[in-house]
Amino acid sequence: MPAAWVAALIGLADDHLILGHRLSEWCGHAPMLEEDLAMPNIALDLIGQARGLYTYAGDLEGAGRDEDALAFGRLERAYRNLLICELPNGDFAHTMLRQFYFASFMQLFWQETESSTDATLAAIAAKAVKEAQYHRRHCAEWVIRLGDGTDESARRMAEAVTLLAPYTGEFFMADPEAGGAVAAGVLPDTKALQPAWQADIEQVFAAAKLVLRENVYAQKGGRRGLHTEAMGHLLAQLQFMQRSFPDMTW
Amino acid sequence: MYSQGLIGSGEQTTETPEILAAFQARIDADEKIEPNDPMPAAYRKTLIRQIGQHAHSEIVGMLPEGNWITRAPTLRRKVALLAKVQDEGGHGLYLYSAAETLGVSRKQMTEELVSGRAKYSSIFNYPTQTWADIGAIGWLVDGAAIMNQVPLCRCSYGPYARAMIRVCKEESFHQRQGYEIMLKLAEGSLAQKEMAQDALNRWWWPSLMMFGPPDGASEHSDQSTRWKIKRFTNDELRQKFVDATVPQAQRLGLSPPDPALAWNEAEGRYDYGEIDWDEFWAVVKGHGPLNKARVAARKKAWEDGAWVREAALAHAKKRAARQSVAIAAE
Ligand SMILES: [Fe+2]
Ligand SMILES: [Fe+2]
Ligand SMILES: [Fe+2]
Repeated sequence: MPAAWVAALIGLADDHLILGHRLSEWCGHAPMLEEDLAMPNIALDLIGQARGLYTYAGDLEGAGRDEDALAFGRLERAYRNLLICELPNGDFAHTMLRQFYFASFMQLFWQETESSTDATLAAIAAKAVKEAQYHRRHCAEWVIRLGDGTDESARRMAEAVTLLAPYTGEFFMADPEAGGAVAAGVLPDTKALQPAWQADIEQVFAAAKLVLRENVYAQKGGRRGLHTEAMGHLLAQLQFMQRSFPDMTW
Repeated sequence: MYSQGLIGSGEQTTETPEILAAFQARIDADEKIEPNDPMPAAYRKTLIRQIGQHAHSEIVGMLPEGNWITRAPTLRRKVALLAKVQDEGGHGLYLYSAAETLGVSRKQMTEELVSGRAKYSSIFNYPTQTWADIGAIGWLVDGAAIMNQVPLCRCSYGPYARAMIRVCKEESFHQRQGYEIMLKLAEGSLAQKEMAQDALNRWWWPSLMMFGPPDGASEHSDQSTRWKIKRFTNDELRQKFVDATVPQAQRLGLSPPDPALAWNEAEGRYDYGEIDWDEFWAVVKGHGPLNKARVAARKKAWEDGAWVREAALAHAKKRAARQSVAIAAE
């Protein structure tokens, strides 16, 4: 049975690795030193969560793939992350809004997963939920500061809302590979998380004086390995060493 | 990462002999000088310059290593590198705070850096071309930083000394981590060994240059030593570094690129070859391989981030105004 969850866990791990990768691109280039510390901090949590999930997925699969084989050793079509995770960073408003959306979603996701019927996932969730809470708070504060800051920051924030609007629907679409895990009470049904997520976004947007964009055509396909053109370039960097020097120990 | 032997000081001081003697007496008694204590203007200026250069070095030092975060070979290495680069940013932050206690703002210091006027450690003007460079930087550059900074933990200026105690713990962790990267390469395939030797070849001499010009050429050492800002000369520290590092290279099966390197039994130290001081001064004066790119990267981050900093300030003001209205209404 647990072998049927492998693909779902890999998808979840991919979300964290790919978004962590994007966030790590800011390191050394942030608008202020405090954010040069905070963004890598969040990236470290995300990549740490990815490692736990890859390792567990590899164990369940039983085919000898460890975290690195899973993280680095697949072709683009085999990565299952949500599209929002791979989008290029854009400006700081875009990065923070994306991170807020994701953290708000993951906080709800991990809260539900804490009562997973699978003890390993429940343990991963118990740690991750605290991290997601911190990420959500940090990023929500930035969304509010920038939304209700200067004219320029408000304009950039509004633009980020528009740019990201097509990519939030995918959070709540059923993962074609996760049906078994959801039915077994191992992973939450993400569709059920939408109202709470929506309420969270609305509350922060109200404080940020931002307007939510509704009824946008949702982009999808990440969970089936259908990626944007940015993904291949991301993987070219991510996999550079493993592709250039296969089967070596580092 | 580290402070270079200070470049371009030689401050004049104008206090009366009595004031200078009283200050020197406190230094000689190993008292720590604190921010609100009286201090000679030249002491303050020298420290501002040194701590500022050190802070800038930490910040610019994030760039060469940051260049490999997205390409680290394993998840374990990626996480360790990301955490290391983040630590360096943290060092920059403590050091800017220590400099601020002397009456200079972080904004002023940053503006000096992005204008290209401020100095920082010359080594960060070299490129990181391979993964082995990440090992070599941790091992050699953080290693050299430790040699420089351990004595600074006893620096006469309290805030700097205390910052160094915390920073040194992390630098020695970085040094071990870098050495461990090199060890894995040395134990690995031929391609990995070659990568490790190539990195040592490229980083060895710039690492020796990190200690600054030879003692004869350095203008400020004497006064800094009397004030216990500096405890050892550049050449003394460089020698300690060579003596500690050569055996580490041997354990890795790697050779520093110096045919003159030899154990001197009589002196109980390694002799080493002539450092290319022309290269050193060229890099210090802005003509290293990446000086312009490093400053440009810092400038871009600073300028691109201006709207964010302005927005944060504007928002804080709005919030404070709303709060005072709310209080007034109570
Ligand atoms: Fe450092
Ligand atoms: Fe340092
Ligand atoms: Fe360091």
